[in-house]
Parts: sequence; C-alpha cells; structure tokens
Amino acid sequence: MDNEAVVEPGIRIQTAVRAQAAPEAERQAIVIREANFFYGDKQVLFDIGMDIGENRVTALIGPSGCGKSTLLRCLNRMNDLIEGARLAGRVDVKGRDIYAPGIDVIEVRRRIGMVFQKSNPFPKSIYDNVVYGLRIAGERSRPRLDEAAEASLQRAALWDEVKERLHESALSLSGGQQQRLCIARAIAVEPEILLMDEPSSALDPLAAVKIEELIYSLKDRYTIVIVTHNLQQAARVSDKTAFFWLGRLVEYGATPQMFTNPRQKLTEDYITGRFG
Amino acid sequence: MPPETFARRYRVRKMTSAVMTAFCAASVVLALIPLALILFFVLRQGLPALNWAFFTEMPRPVGEAGGGMGNAIVGTAILIGLAALVAVPIGITCGVYVTEFRTSRLAPAVRFSADMLNGVPSIVIGIFAYAVAVLPFKRFSALAGGVALGVMMMPIIVRTTEELLALVPSTLREGALALGATRGRAVVTVILPAALPGIVTGVLVALARVAGETAPLLFTAFNNRFFSNRLDQPIASLTVQIFTYAISPYEDWHRQAWAGATVLIAAVLLFSILARVVTRRLERMHRA
Repeated sequence: MDNEAVVEPGIRIQTAVRAQAAPEAERQAIVIREANFFYGDKQVLFDIGMDIGENRVTALIGPSGCGKSTLLRCLNRMNDLIEGARLAGRVDVKGRDIYAPGIDVIEVRRRIGMVFQKSNPFPKSIYDNVVYGLRIAGERSRPRLDEAAEASLQRAALWDEVKERLHESALSLSGGQQQRLCIARAIAVEPEILLMDEPSSALDPLAAVKIEELIYSLKDRYTIVIVTHNLQQAARVSDKTAFFWLGRLVEYGATPQMFTNPRQKLTEDYITGRFG
Repeated sequence: MPPETFARRYRVRKMTSAVMTAFCAASVVLALIPLALILFFVLRQGLPALNWAFFTEMPRPVGEAGGGMGNAIVGTAILIGLAALVAVPIGITCGVYVTEFRTSRLAPAVRFSADMLNGVPSIVIGIFAYAVAVLPFKRFSALAGGVALGVMMMPIIVRTTEELLALVPSTLREGALALGATRGRAVVTVILPAALPGIVTGVLVALARVAGETAPLLFTAFNNRFFSNRLDQPIASLTVQIFTYAISPYEDWHRQAWAGATVLIAAVLLFSILARVVTRRLERMHRA
C-alpha cells in the first residue's frame, strides 16, 4: 500500500469490503460490558458496552469531560494510579478480564501500550527510550535490543531521522519526533493493543499528519484505540467511531456512517459543530 | 473619568510604583550589607594570616609562632564525608517514600518529622549524638561527629528530594508505568534520574551547611591537636578549632582563627559553585 491510495478513499473501500464479509466474524480485541466508572462518589462513565475489533482503529470522540479519556485509561488500568478511582463492570482484553482478581497489572500494561497527549520521552538517550520497556522486562542482550530499537523506530517512521544520533538525548528531538519516539517506545515491547490519548493535539499540523500516517501504517499489526478532539482526524484514521456525551456512549458505528449519516440527533449536532 | 483626574491618578500610581521599587532595592542592599561585611572582615584579617603552612602543618604549642590547621582541614573533610554517608542514602530514600507514597498515612508523619528535625537546635543534636554515639563507647570519635552532622543534613535532603521529585512531570511516571514498569522501577530508572541535578545540588548545599557547624561537634568529635584519620578517635575540625582559637588569649591563635574562617568560607563558596557547575552539566545532559 502506498500512501496515496490509502489516505482518503482507502478507508471507505476497506470498510465496504469488511461489511460484505460477514461483520459478525470480526474478532474482538476488547470487550467492554456494563462498565461504570467512579472518581470517589462521582460517576463519570455510565453503563458502557463496546466491542473493539482486532486490528482496527477505533476513535473515541466527544466534548471535553465526556469520559472518553477515562475509558481509554480503564483499558490499561492507568486509572489505578488515581486514588478513589473504581471501575464496576467487565473489560475483557483478548478474552481475559483485566479487572479480575489476581490479574497482574504490570503484565496488562505490557500487553497494552499507551501514547499520551503530551509526548513524554524520558530524560535519556533516544536509544534508551526505545528499549526502556524491553530492559525493564529483563532483556539484556545487546544485539536483540539493537534490533528491536531499529525495528521499532522504523515502524514509527523515525529511524531515518535519528539513526545517526541514537545516543543523543531524546529531549533534543522536535515535538513531533518526540511523539513518534514515544510511539516507537510503546511498540518496542510488542503490545497487542495501542491506546492513544490525543496523540497529535499538541503538535503542529505537519507533525500531526505524520502521526496520522503512522497510525494508518500500524493498524495491520495492532489494535488501536485513539481519543481525539479532531473530528477530521477521527474520520481519516479510524474504522469505527464512538461518540461519548456526559459519560455515556451515545453512538458507536462504522466511521463513514457516523460522519455521514449518524443515527442520533446528538451525534449529528456534535459532528456538525452545533455544540461541544 | 475626566482626563485631568486620570492624569493626576496616573501620576500618583507612577509615584507609588517608584517608591515601592526604591524600597525593594533598599531592602536588597540592606540584606547584602551583613554578607559583604562578613566577607570583608574575614578576608581582611584572614588573608594575611594564610600561608602554605596553614594547610600543611599541625598546630604548634602555645607561644611557638606559626603552625597550621592541616589536621582540622582533613578532619572537617572526614566529618562531612561521614555525614554524607549517613544522610544521603536515608534522606533520599525518605524523600522518595514521601513523594511516591503520598497516600500512605506515614508520609505526612515523615514530612512533619523532617521539618521538626530541621528546627532542632544544633546543640541539641550534638547532645543526642553524644548520648547514642559517645556515651556507649565512652569515647569521643569522628564517627559520633559524623552521626551528629548527618542527623543535621538528613531533613534538608529529605525535603529537597521530595520537592524535586514532585517537580518531575507525572507524565514521565505514567509513561514508565504504561510500559509495564513497577512503581519502584519507575522511580529508580526514570523519576530519580530526572530529578538528579536538583538532588545533587541539594546534597552539596546541605554539605556546605553542616561543614560550618560547631555545636554538634563540641562533644562528639571533640577536638584533636594532632593529626588523626581514625574514625574511632576524637578528630579536629575547622569550626571547633576556630572556636577554640578565637576564645583563647593568644594573639597568634587569633590570627590562625581568622585564617581558618577564611578557609571555611572559601570551602563553602566552593561547594556552592560546585553545586552550580554539576547541576548545569547534568541538566545539559538531560535537556540536550
């Protein structure tokens, strides 16, 4: 696939093909059932039920405070860090309830990578950033680390820009490069799922386009869930879109349909910019 | 508002601003006067008394001119080295605990204790060290002095570490955890290194601070007229030596005391400069 063929019509063609080939057969990477989420006494997610398809890009959209980021952070249990945060309901990742007792959170997070809104490279060299996840998982072999670093940076479309300066500080990179480095770092540990929390909202438009292209190229190998405030971005990169409002999942469907012919009035109002 | 009123009020506002600025400038000058005077007097009296022998020779008996404080300089170095050995590991660990386990009920207690300890008069800390490190062994020792100074350093390091760790963006912590790091791993591999430049500065500042302490050493390290590098024996220190010489009736000792004060101030200054250089170098490494 070259980029030209992919960028615009690619989405529609693929979606159409999939629609013909029995959508029921699609494998679900994440299954969310009756998820209610609380910060202390305050409920922020209400009865969320969602299936997220394997090797698909799923976009979560909605106005600020609608709970989409919270939901994203439930998927790798990042909300565990917040005191008083509590989830009731089920979140199955690849058939395993990640909130079941006895589940190893560290293992969950290793299998589910995350990219944050603000790029957060560690104050280490580019190389040390990329291999961080592998190192903490106990990988010591230098050749294997080198190989993983190159492969991840290649996949994150950053290799050519940094191959000469792998041992320079990651903080010397530009904002867009830093974010791609964070993506490389996340995929270096070979996660099954990649969560992205507004990955390009802090970047200039050109850098943002690079991130989008990257997301597009990654979906062959990863299930991607992306939170975005940029509706065009959601329309461009995602296969399915979920619209949240006040902690509820209002509508969830194939992206083209969501953006051209939403079933709910609320979705239509949001997408056409009448509120939010 | 009519333009004349506006103009008049504007004049008043401008004047108020000028007066306040002048007041602030005057305060700065006032605050700097003691520092300038201290430096002036110490250097005026101390520099002429300084010579090479001061650094290399031992104190001479009363009445014999010359000699130096070589033993006290080495002694002070040993004492603050011991203090760092006591305070740095414990202080940094406590600082990490207080920041990383903020929700623990023990954290506020640790923080409060550190503040209390920081406020304890140094002579009391000396008595404490006397009770735990001198009495049981029935001997003044360098080790006891190191413990006393270490206890003084500890709260400074706890608080510095805590403040600097809190400055590390939480996104770094989340980034490490999202990659499957355990909490401890995230602290050791990401958060502490990110805060390191500041922590190093804090340690050096704390060292400079305790290097100038006298009271905790009076009945712990005591003093020693001879050269000693044994940790289980009394040891000389610049501060105690200055004290002893300054209250003596001998002109020659007074001169030596001034020289000692000069060396001490120079050492503290050196530490501060070192702190800055190290911090800048580490920061450059981190921020590219």
